[in-house]
Amino acid sequence: MSTLGFVMLCHTALHRAAQVARHWAERDCPMVIHVDRSVPRERFNDFRKSLSDLDNVRFCKRHRCDWGTWSLVKASQTASEMMLAEFPAVRHVYLASGSCLPLRPVDDLRAYLAARPMTDFIESVTIRDVDWTVGGLNEERFEYRFPWPWKTRRFLFDRYVELQRAVGYRRKLPEGITPHLGSQWWCLTRQTLSAILEDPRRKELEDFFRLVWIPDESYYQTLVRNYGRRIESRSLTLSKFDFQGKPHVFYDDHLHLLRRSDCFVARKIWPRANRLYRTFLSAEHTGDRMAEPAPGKIDRVFSKALERRTRGRSGLYMHSRYPNPGWENGITAAPYSVFHGFNDLFENFEAWLSRRLGSTVHGNLFAPRRVRFSGGADVHAGALSASASLRDYNPEAFLTNLIWNTRGERQVFMFGPQDNQRPGAFMANDDNAQISVITGAWAVRLFTSNRNFSDIRTEAAALQRREADFVETLRDRSRRADIRIWTLADFVEEPMENLQGILDAMEGAPVQRLTEAPRMVDLQGFPQFLQSLKNQGMNPFMVGDFPQEGYSGEPRSGDASRPYLVR
Amino acid sequence: MKAVQRYALRLERKKYLVRAWRKSRSLLSVADRTDAIRTGDVLCFCTLRNERPRLKYFLSYYRDRGVSHFLFVDNDSDDGSREYLAEQRDCSVWTTPDSYKRARFGADWMNRLLRLYGTGHWCLTVDPDEFLVYPFSDTRPIPALCDWLESSSIKSFGAMVLDMYPKGPITAQPCSDGQNPFEIACWFDAGNYMIQRNWTYGNLWIQGGPRARTFFAEKPERAPALNKIPLVRWQKGFAYASSTHMLLPRGLNLVFDEWGGEKTSGVLLHAKFLSTFVEKAAEEMVRRQHYAASAEYKAYHDGLTKDPDLWTRWSERYINWRQLEILGLMSKGNWA
Repeated sequence: MSTLGFVMLCHTALHRAAQVARHWAERDCPMVIHVDRSVPRERFNDFRKSLSDLDNVRFCKRHRCDWGTWSLVKASQTASEMMLAEFPAVRHVYLASGSCLPLRPVDDLRAYLAARPMTDFIESVTIRDVDWTVGGLNEERFEYRFPWPWKTRRFLFDRYVELQRAVGYRRKLPEGITPHLGSQWWCLTRQTLSAILEDPRRKELEDFFRLVWIPDESYYQTLVRNYGRRIESRSLTLSKFDFQGKPHVFYDDHLHLLRRSDCFVARKIWPRANRLYRTFLSAEHTGDRMAEPAPGKIDRVFSKALERRTRGRSGLYMHSRYPNPGWENGITAAPYSVFHGFNDLFENFEAWLSRRLGSTVHGNLFAPRRVRFSGGADVHAGALSASASLRDYNPEAFLTNLIWNTRGERQVFMFGPQDNQRPGAFMANDDNAQISVITGAWAVRLFTSNRNFSDIRTEAAALQRREADFVETLRDRSRRADIRIWTLADFVEEPMENLQGILDAMEGAPVQRLTEAPRMVDLQGFPQFLQSLKNQGMNPFMVGDFPQEGYSGEPRSGDASRPYLVR
Repeated sequence: MKAVQRYALRLERKKYLVRAWRKSRSLLSVADRTDAIRTGDVLCFCTLRNERPRLKYFLSYYRDRGVSHFLFVDNDSDDGSREYLAEQRDCSVWTTPDSYKRARFGADWMNRLLRLYGTGHWCLTVDPDEFLVYPFSDTRPIPALCDWLESSSIKSFGAMVLDMYPKGPITAQPCSDGQNPFEIACWFDAGNYMIQRNWTYGNLWIQGGPRARTFFAEKPERAPALNKIPLVRWQKGFAYASSTHMLLPRGLNLVFDEWGGEKTSGVLLHAKFLSTFVEKAAEEMVRRQHYAASAEYKAYHDGLTKDPDLWTRWSERYINWRQLEILGLMSKGNWA
């Protein structure tokens, strides 16, 4: 019984449309096909001839169709009238396009509709409650007049909207109409469809909708609310839109996704997706005949794609993602920790920290001569080179690359005033950075070095200046990193508590308390060293108030051999 | 951008167009099958010199991916490249003995052919050692990408050059005729690329990879540019300004997203570091026909005569486009 009829609107890829039309027609579904009048006459005749052996295929009067204009509604009206008049047995009329493809046997669809004989399947949502559209105009579709096609007369379209906005023009809605929007692909019962088409007020309503923006998404969707007995507000056609409001296209590699969706019809199919057409037009479906369509999985694929397009991956800089400052959604890919001055104060600090965290810890990545990757490697993750000149060519890129390349493994590295200072400001502005600073720790290194005092004095002045600049940057109010700053004098008072605090703030670091203390450099005679610097006219103020009597190099409580325990 | 600057760029573009016409007068047609080009065909444009062993694979790679017609400019090959291409039914070939360098490294010739035959088509402009990988390139042909770009009102498609290299010395494994070069040169650097923005032309300037790492570590500013825009829906008046790195009008160079998102993009797998490379580098040392007085080749030549092994333990082995996508070397954008 031919209870289901298809109205098909086509304008391109006519050979595909013919294939699908033949598929339905041969399975006892009457077809009425509307072909855009912009299609040349010869091509239309060929198309018509290719289907001439089927007696349940009709071609209706052709209209010239422009996207987003009334002409599309006009086409579907003409075709629907023909369908209702010529195929009296038809109960449900399904509006499809030439780029639709049936995913399940038409018998499934017929059975599904037979079980719901009085239901209209049409997505129809009120504009007040739901933002159905993707960007663009919503309520304004009904409030202004849109006589110009957006695709071809963009300038006029925009100016006319602006003009109406400027003068405060509002159209009056016809009586008894509540604007609804929805997908233009519907499946209506004969009763509902004929009521819409035979409405005594049809002329008046048409005059209104003719100047509505994209009437094919609102004409039936609005009027069905006046006549439909049971409305299922969803489309039986799987059709997804991207953020520009254009339909997603399905390709051969979507085969399994489409099959699992259990939808009846999908749109739009790439005309050269041979495998999809071959598969869905030949094989008979083996799944559950009464399965409900479940487009959820496909939704997820497309919403992920949308997120990739609009938000991107944080911390990634590449040839199709290069955000302006402030638009990065995180300037690096993952959290990392920077220790400033710690390896001056503690012996073998990196090795100790690495044991403590159970992960790799780099030395001074921005050291003047070469990049000190952990283990002294020449290259690191992502084939980053240890060459200082390459790194200094773009230190920020070096850092973002390192963090990106090692996603999933927290990066920890040393920093100091002798290093390239350029990434300092970058790190200070990074939410992912944890920066711990002991100011004046450089003095310890100088103190232990075997050099002439006048050289030491000059270098101390230079390092102090660089460090002061860095600390200034870190204290800037707009900084976003997690920052801890101690002077050397403050830090050595309670080294373990301070270290514990840093490790506690590290995400993913082991939570147990510190048991093994890092070895501090022996500070015997350090206060005298500082005093000598002062005597030479170089005040090491970044060191803080280091007491004259000094501290012992080991934790004050207990003897050196006992592990240090914090209670 | 000020009106003066905009006008200067317009003049520059016109200059390239005139130049393209002038430099192309010496192009001599060897095989002209351009009447076979149909509306909607994807075309491939290519300049070459002595690339005979590579051509078989090059043609089959792009034919498989839906390129309908190839347009070659042969720069005085003497290894049979020209004759081989002239026999192919989907190739049109021109030849010229003129200087590659004086034709702005072939860009003038390409601009001319693009204007004459590419207008209204999606045009892929690549070197014979560049192989385009794009999202879903294993299941969707290039015309699928072009259709999608067109429906999204996108006119140009960006791709980064990814230098591929073998493990061990470059000369160790020769690549035979018709062989997939990436069976040998299957390694690449995954994450050492540096990007700057070129505000005048609106494009990105990318450097890095194995070339920067091994040959230009001391002079990184001279390292070759890796940003390219190989696929363009050509219109009259478009012009490549510098190789395929940038185009005019400058809007075509905006193949990246500035607001945090990712645009759809691809990668040009670069099969440069094969056994033939050493001879090429030596030849270029004499000919001096390449960019910046062949500084690139000079650096290679110096580097290669020592120990030309680009491989490191952090090199990544090429699998497929999905791997490149995960590594952040290309993006699906919103094409799903």
